[in-house]
Amino acid sequence: MLTAPFRVRRNRRESPDTRTLELVPMEEREIPGWRPGQFMMLYAFGVGEIPVSISGDPSRRDALTHTVRAVGSVSRAICAAKADHVIGVRGPFGAGWPDRADGRDLLFVAGGLGLAPLRPAVYAVTADRGRYGRVLLLVGARTPETLLFRADMGRWRKRGIDVQVTVDAAAPGWMGAVGPVTRLIDRAECDAGAAVAFVVGPEIMMRVAAEALERRRIGLDRVFVSMERNMHCAIGFCGHCQLGPAFICRDGPVFPYAGLKRWLEVRNL
Amino acid sequence: MEKDIEALVSEHPFFANMPQTYRSLIAGCGRNTFFEADALIARTGDRSDWFYAIRHGRASVEIHAPGRGPIIIQMLEPGEIVGWSWLVEPYQWRFDVRAVEPVRAIAFDGACLRGKCDRDPVMGYDFMKRFAQVFVERLEAARLQLLDLYGSPAR
Repeated sequence: MLTAPFRVRRNRRESPDTRTLELVPMEEREIPGWRPGQFMMLYAFGVGEIPVSISGDPSRRDALTHTVRAVGSVSRAICAAKADHVIGVRGPFGAGWPDRADGRDLLFVAGGLGLAPLRPAVYAVTADRGRYGRVLLLVGARTPETLLFRADMGRWRKRGIDVQVTVDAAAPGWMGAVGPVTRLIDRAECDAGAAVAFVVGPEIMMRVAAEALERRRIGLDRVFVSMERNMHCAIGFCGHCQLGPAFICRDGPVFPYAGLKRWLEVRNL
Repeated sequence: MEKDIEALVSEHPFFANMPQTYRSLIAGCGRNTFFEADALIARTGDRSDWFYAIRHGRASVEIHAPGRGPIIIQMLEPGEIVGWSWLVEPYQWRFDVRAVEPVRAIAFDGACLRGKCDRDPVMGYDFMKRFAQVFVERLEAARLQLLDLYGSPAR
């Protein structure tokens, strides 16, 4: 799949180190079809290419939306891209979130930037809210200042999503929860016998979240995680993102945790 | 009056499934209390003669960092316990605790409870197991917060 040039239409600050970019195709191309949970390869010309999840509303097809944290040379270059700057785009790649939650309670569990890959799925659920039982979005962040998509949270609450936020530390005046996201899982009101959970965040956070969900008797075959590995080719050829028998780029990035657990327990894999 | 406290103790999750005789004994060391929003429930370094079982409202556990002011490190919800410093010498509060909204709680006299636990070790063991659960939950939470769970560069 070839890299296509996309123009930055908008670059919005989400937190001190995180930006959301809207990209529109050049050369009269169309925006490729995509599903919540899939990712694109974004190329900062002359710097390099990285995988970035799509973070926009799937019902909007006028732009590709990506949320990027500036942590390395490529992500810093992408975050610094101003309007009309050109970025290379390949994709979409990978499997999206499964469509298996009809009639069930649904838990979204996001840690830090993990809310970005979940955001399209939350949008999709709010657009078809009647299909699901209780829907909870449990969000953990370092501090209130690093919380992403705060405006969305208010809108989602109005659409029947129980949005709960916890931070690791806060200044006086913060009225929300303080503590790890597992505390929200422990207290979440849901039908644990049938509920489905989508979890995204750093690997250690997904592991402790899955353990907390299992303690709540939510079977690990109903817990789905979105994995991050060193993805290069994005089509399962180069092997950089291999985890056990799976290529994260091609077979994932979304996996049922039950199948992934044994590989995540292998140290240094 | 004491019966009212006993009823409140029976309703509080911390005392769930505790034998009624123990709940009656423990209620003898308790009294109903109320804190206005922003009131300081405990101050670091003060003598810790009490602990609190929150019934309504939330309280923040705060630590003072030089140059940074107070930092909230935990938010306690209804059904939770405030304070374990009354259990271990030198019986001093380790953190500030502040009511972030009006808080209704049962306040327990620590010295009174320590005396009853010493005289009835079976009840004392039951009581300590419940506090051990609180310690474990808070230790695990603190370790996870130390890990900086959300800090590594995910997408």
